[in-house]
Amino acid sequence: MAVNPATDNFFVSKLDFVANYARAHSLWPMPFATACCGIELMSTASSRYDLARFGAEVFRFSPRQCDLMVVAGRVVMKMVPVMQRIWLQMPEPKWCISMGACASSGGVFDTYAVVQGIDRFIPVDVYIPGCPPRPEQLIRAVIDLQEKIKATGTFLGTEFAARTKAEGPALVPSMVASEDRIVAPGDYRTATRLREDA
Amino acid sequence: MPAVDVIEQHCPGAISRREQFRDNTRLIVPVDKIYDSLRVLKEKGGFDLLVDITAVDYLHFPDARDRFGVVYCLTNTATGERVVLKTLVNDPDPEVPSVCDLWRGADWMEREVYDMYGIAFANHPDLRRILMPDGFAGHPLRKDYPLRGYGERHNFQPLVRSEG
Repeated sequence: MAVNPATDNFFVSKLDFVANYARAHSLWPMPFATACCGIELMSTASSRYDLARFGAEVFRFSPRQCDLMVVAGRVVMKMVPVMQRIWLQMPEPKWCISMGACASSGGVFDTYAVVQGIDRFIPVDVYIPGCPPRPEQLIRAVIDLQEKIKATGTFLGTEFAARTKAEGPALVPSMVASEDRIVAPGDYRTATRLREDA
Repeated sequence: MPAVDVIEQHCPGAISRREQFRDNTRLIVPVDKIYDSLRVLKEKGGFDLLVDITAVDYLHFPDARDRFGVVYCLTNTATGERVVLKTLVNDPDPEVPSVCDLWRGADWMEREVYDMYGIAFANHPDLRRILMPDGFAGHPLRKDYPLRGYGERHNFQPLVRSEG
């Protein structure tokens, strides 16, 4: 039976579907590995767990070439401006995985220097529990992110434009008592300058 | 020559108290004599290696009369002899003389003590913070600094997804 090129060789779909399909299966991670979670991240990428099976094997160490930021490990306050700058340097569309207890909540490090969850300062799409998480959990998170992209993604990224509020937890009043001064460093634009309103 | 004899010979009366535990000699020296004591130990006593400079905060410490102790650990690399010198300083504006001109390696150690305890080092060539960010105001290893800080770890602008 002859194939009719005018009717049999194409199918109709939505542009969003095609874009999501391509994006979900070619995630290029940016390894923001600051602690032991980074070791699990490396393990996940290597042959035993082989993240390449999910299209996410191309770890790039330049944020300009990445679209998935994996924050693996504790982030200290001195690192926050760096992390925000790297996040801003990544081209759209981009996603973020908060890997492990420290990145998600500060973990056991409830001290003056350690950020209590990166979602206070950058938007996070998928959280991974564990200390450190098993590589299977990171793979699960990548699959979850793929499903999220396929379910909510749009060609023009309007799902990102709709997220207009900071998504992290609000400051607990007991964390910053009224008599405590808010001092110290700058924001991502300057990295070292004091904030004018502080 | 033991460190005590070197100081007594070249800088008499500098040692205000001496402690000995096995082969570990600890000398308490007033802050106005600490620089000369360290200098004679290096130049006359052969204590050529500055192992460490650190500090102790004696706030709420039993029977302590001074707030801070600055500790210098020296080694004579020819004989292996070691000695620990300590000088005591107090608020406000604790200050000890810098020994950067004796040991170049004291540079970063003194900066770390300054960063963590707020103890200034007079005549230091480049006294600024080494670990904490430049805009940081507190001195985290002081005993009256709260474990969770003064809110520095929350003092950043969150990034909103729609804007970046």
